[in-house]
Amino acid sequence: MAHDNCQHLLADLSDYIDGEAADSVCAEIERHLADCADCRAVVDTLRKTIYLYRQLPQPTLPESARARLIAAFTFADASGS
Amino acid sequence: MEIELLAPDMAPAAESSDDSDLIRRLRAGDKSACAECIDRHSAGVYRLALRMVGDPHEAEDIVQETFLNAFKAIDNFEGRAGLGTWLYRIAYNTALMRLRKKQPLYVPIDAPTTPDEDDTLTTPVQLFDWCCLPEEDFQTTEARTELERAIAELPETLRAVFVLRELEGLSTDETAQVLNVSVANVKVRLHRARLWLRERLAGYFTELAAPAADV
Repeated sequence: MAHDNCQHLLADLSDYIDGEAADSVCAEIERHLADCADCRAVVDTLRKTIYLYRQLPQPTLPESARARLIAAFTFADASGS
Repeated sequence: MEIELLAPDMAPAAESSDDSDLIRRLRAGDKSACAECIDRHSAGVYRLALRMVGDPHEAEDIVQETFLNAFKAIDNFEGRAGLGTWLYRIAYNTALMRLRKKQPLYVPIDAPTTPDEDDTLTTPVQLFDWCCLPEEDFQTTEARTELERAIAELPETLRAVFVLRELEGLSTDETAQVLNVSVANVKVRLHRARLWLRERLAGYFTELAAPAADV
């Protein structure tokens, strides 16, 4: 990261990416990005990282485990234990 | 290239309009309500548990403990958070207790601090823009394994925030309720987790891009 204020802007990057940063902060970040290839790479790859995780297939509770769970609670409930 | 970030497409387990009826039936001892509650909320509870402990069998045990404790305590549920948020909280605490039991009793005084304990943000070191990789390179089993491995390597406090916000789709407020921390703390931890994961994945994807760049 080549410029003095790269580290300063780092703290606001999540807010910027999430669209939650103040207009003045967005403007400051965009001015900086226009002039800093390193920070552009960080923002691009940060966005991509978030995107990849949101697309990641989710693990699922095995059907057999879910059935065991329901059986355990309905049996325990029915037996009064 | 600007990526449009959409919220996770799964509905969060928290805040269902039908939950108030379900809670009333659980309190009344309605047997079918237990099954309905498990049907509605076990998937999210399992995903959180699995991401926290990393072992499918232990995650199933956590799911069982979570519902057992929830049904026992349903009369004490005050409804300030959604039922799903409350279940996530029980599951998180259960997972945390199990993780604590596995940790050594004594930690060396010079043990390195985790990103969560350090006040400063990790300065990005990996500056190669690997977004240029073909989309199919991100969808391989190996790439997905790498993504999962990176989550598992996150310190647990950062991992919990990242899983709840990014993968379970909870809001910042709901995540704060699950973890019993402030909204500001959730935001800081999420930011640290994202930066940490970006740095961690950059090593893998940069290496993947290198042969192509060399040609």
